[in-house]
Amino acid sequence: MSEKVTVKDLDQVVIRFSGDSGDGMQLAGNIFSTVSATVGNSISTFPDYPADIRAPQGSLTGVSGFQVHIGAEQIYTPGDLCDVLVAMNAAALKTQYRFAKPGATIIIDTDAFGEKDLKKAEFKTADYLGEMGIDPDRVIACAMTTMVKNCLAESGMDNKSILKCRNMFALGLVCWLYDRDLSIAFNFLEEKFARKPAIAKANEMVIQAGYDYGHNTHSSAANVYRIETKHKRPGRYMDITGNKATAYGFIAAAEKAGLKLYLGSYPITPATDVLHELSKHKSLGVTTVQCEDEIAGCASAIGASFAGALGVTSTSGPGLCLKSEAMNLAVILELPLVILDVQRGGPATGLPTKSEQTDLLQALFGRNGESPMPVLAASSPTDCFYAAYEAARMALEHMTPVILLTDAYVANGSGAFRLPDLAKMPAICPPYVPEELKGKWTPYMRNEEGARYWALPGREGFEHVIAGIEKDSTTGAISTDPENHQMMTDLRRQKVERIPVPDLEVLGDADNAELLIVGFGGTYGHLHAAMDVMRAEGKKVAMVHFRHINPLPANTAEVLRKYPHVVVAEQNTGQLAAWLRMKVDGFSPSQYNEVKGQPFNVAKLAETFTRLFFIGSEK
Amino acid sequence: MTHLGNITPSSVLDDQQGHLFTAQDFKKGQPRWCPGCGDHFFLASLHKAMAEIGVAPWQTCVISGIGCSSRLPHYMATYGMNTIHGRAAAIATGVKLANPELSVWQVSGDGDGLAIGGNHFIHANRRNVNLNMILLNNRIYGLTKGQYSPTSPRGFVSKSSPYGTVEDPFRPAELCFGARGHFFARTVATDSPHTIEVLKAAHAHKGASVVEVLQNCVIFNDGTHSMVYDKAGRAKNAIYVRHGEKLLFGEHMEYGLAQQGFGLKVIQPGVDGTTLDDVLVHDAHCEDDTLQLKLALMGNNDGFPVALGIIRDVEAPTYDEAVQNQISEVYAKKPYHNFAQLLETNDIWEVK
Repeated sequence: MSEKVTVKDLDQVVIRFSGDSGDGMQLAGNIFSTVSATVGNSISTFPDYPADIRAPQGSLTGVSGFQVHIGAEQIYTPGDLCDVLVAMNAAALKTQYRFAKPGATIIIDTDAFGEKDLKKAEFKTADYLGEMGIDPDRVIACAMTTMVKNCLAESGMDNKSILKCRNMFALGLVCWLYDRDLSIAFNFLEEKFARKPAIAKANEMVIQAGYDYGHNTHSSAANVYRIETKHKRPGRYMDITGNKATAYGFIAAAEKAGLKLYLGSYPITPATDVLHELSKHKSLGVTTVQCEDEIAGCASAIGASFAGALGVTSTSGPGLCLKSEAMNLAVILELPLVILDVQRGGPATGLPTKSEQTDLLQALFGRNGESPMPVLAASSPTDCFYAAYEAARMALEHMTPVILLTDAYVANGSGAFRLPDLAKMPAICPPYVPEELKGKWTPYMRNEEGARYWALPGREGFEHVIAGIEKDSTTGAISTDPENHQMMTDLRRQKVERIPVPDLEVLGDADNAELLIVGFGGTYGHLHAAMDVMRAEGKKVAMVHFRHINPLPANTAEVLRKYPHVVVAEQNTGQLAAWLRMKVDGFSPSQYNEVKGQPFNVAKLAETFTRLFFIGSEK
Repeated sequence: MTHLGNITPSSVLDDQQGHLFTAQDFKKGQPRWCPGCGDHFFLASLHKAMAEIGVAPWQTCVISGIGCSSRLPHYMATYGMNTIHGRAAAIATGVKLANPELSVWQVSGDGDGLAIGGNHFIHANRRNVNLNMILLNNRIYGLTKGQYSPTSPRGFVSKSSPYGTVEDPFRPAELCFGARGHFFARTVATDSPHTIEVLKAAHAHKGASVVEVLQNCVIFNDGTHSMVYDKAGRAKNAIYVRHGEKLLFGEHMEYGLAQQGFGLKVIQPGVDGTTLDDVLVHDAHCEDDTLQLKLALMGNNDGFPVALGIIRDVEAPTYDEAVQNQISEVYAKKPYHNFAQLLETNDIWEVK
């Protein structure tokens, strides 16, 4: 049966698995990305969840997607549009086809395109491909459900459990199409289902069946493809989501500082996985409290910090609103605290499962009084680890609350994480009050960096009271003196301003760019990819990406003023641009803003920037 | 840490540290409350109680929110925080979890503890965090100059209720019990020996210990606890409840509390065919809080006295201990104990 199939080399491919929320698309996508990463491919993933709790089966609102981008070279995003769309039912095809490239391969389970399925998906006729304008030659249409049932007929599993394996058939088919080694997938399943070997076995049988189906029929695909890694960065890797990487960053920082890690949190999408992750690691001494509300999450973390822990609270936008007052308490108490805000679409409940960068100004300004606070933003799932570590280091060494911004996109997305060596990470040295100050010390005495000394309860001779009310700069006693308040306000501001942050690194055509692309946080990959596209077309483009938003890098003004055109691209209506205008005299950038809850589209970015800044000014 | 309940002088030897403490060791600064405010009396009692308890000032942490009474940590020579409105219980929870060795006291007024901080109050009780939760109840907002509080009686006239309130107050014990609280005591700010006794018991109790301190606001709600605020009033209108003792009260202990149906009644043993045997014996350790609640809810009506003392004191697992125990159990069970080992628990591949 098996004729020789041509194997073609590809640089990169984007695959989108889509189906009903219960169809296991996330798992299929995860396995595929792990299999690919194991052979050294660069990977980036993006899960696209529906907001419905559990939409009716087969309905348009219940479709869940998982996009995987694999590349032979470094890739930065999960990809705009996919080369392969797996649609496990009619609703998935209906809603997800818009994410497919023209000419993409479409894999469907014809068993899920019956009359009822088509009706639920609001198709008008039985010719669903025609209705969507899909060329049937691009479609691998197979009766997956039937084949999965046949495959597992002898397994003794009930029908419901058998149907749960459909995702593995699709995975097997995709693994065949991209010449993947199934043994890696099998290892993954054996570990995942270590306690249920029968389930692992059934899933493996179905993957093999999907693979064999592709191999034996290769009905609609003339070729299989190979993505050969070209430039490998040797090392040991794991797949990690942004939320897990954030949790790991906090664990690493607490260990480095020799402190207990305390997380006070309240469940909120899309931040909850940080609470889930940290609550697993009691064997590392991590204390997590699922508090009665967001406020208590932050307040208890402040209490924990006072008592000598690394206090962290995690949330998303609505929770950040609730924590504001307590965050301000940490500002005036000058206690270390990390506030993680995994941004989602707002305002209010907004788009809870979707991504935005709309909390930036809230992070900078959303509190009463003069309330300076360092703000950092993580640029990718793996960068969440380093950003969380850095946020904790900054909080502990400078005795200040720090806001770490991530977003739904980086939090849920994943990437290949090169295992870090904690011994080589920067030291974390909180300004504990030196013993020789006993008897002379007051709570608001500062070190050279302006950080208040930290005296932990339990230490004799350093008993003290700190308060949310203004204190005298020297005695630490309550003071409403006008000059003193001015001074304390200045001291708090200067302390944050003086925190050293690395200079901006200009990427791309740093010397002669016509256009500088400016961004922050989770859009790093898309902006970088857009720059690469434009540079490949011969345009002179550079970019800077802000990790440190407060304080800003020292070379900010210099860099922003250097290029003829500057565009600030962000997923809000212009918050970073507003902040930069405020901080850099005369800075007047162009803006690219989008708030659709979806990641940027690289092609659209490149096209828009080209149109705005290069057409008609050919250089 | 150390509770030496029976040693009476106001200073004791801390057996671990070998330190001798006096009330003076816990005192700091000059309180700024109005002359005659109940907070002064309470503060003095707290200093004495802490000396008798014998935990070092540096091992003691006092956390308050906002309000007149929340200024209290500023007058303590311990570690402390005067924080934001309502959040003291949540903040104290974090302190206790981060360092369970500390003796943690949370001080709030009725507004701080039961209005804006009501959620944290009930959840600290439900979780049974080992905190001493002091509720200074003057049934008024003093710091904001005279608005009704969640413990002001229905019809209470104040600046924000010129025609009287049209809402029922919380009864703190009811809230505490409703949140599955295991310790509730009541005292009067002016009754120093009794306040000290109650504070020592609150400290000795492992878990959330709520102490309601009836306290007078001389400016905005003077006389709110007048029936029991002085010694003579208490002799007539209060009952001091003590575990294992008969519930007798009155100037000559001539009255007693007896059960009647699902409720309580006041009897005069020897009169109307009743005897001393009909008088209930207080059981603060009883898991079922039904009768304890009846005692706590008695007011000065129908001849019922106000109950003072330790009304409920039931042992139960504390949250902070359970958290530590779980950490120890998981530590013993799981093979990874540092970050490097944690990384190894993942699916790892090597790129060569």
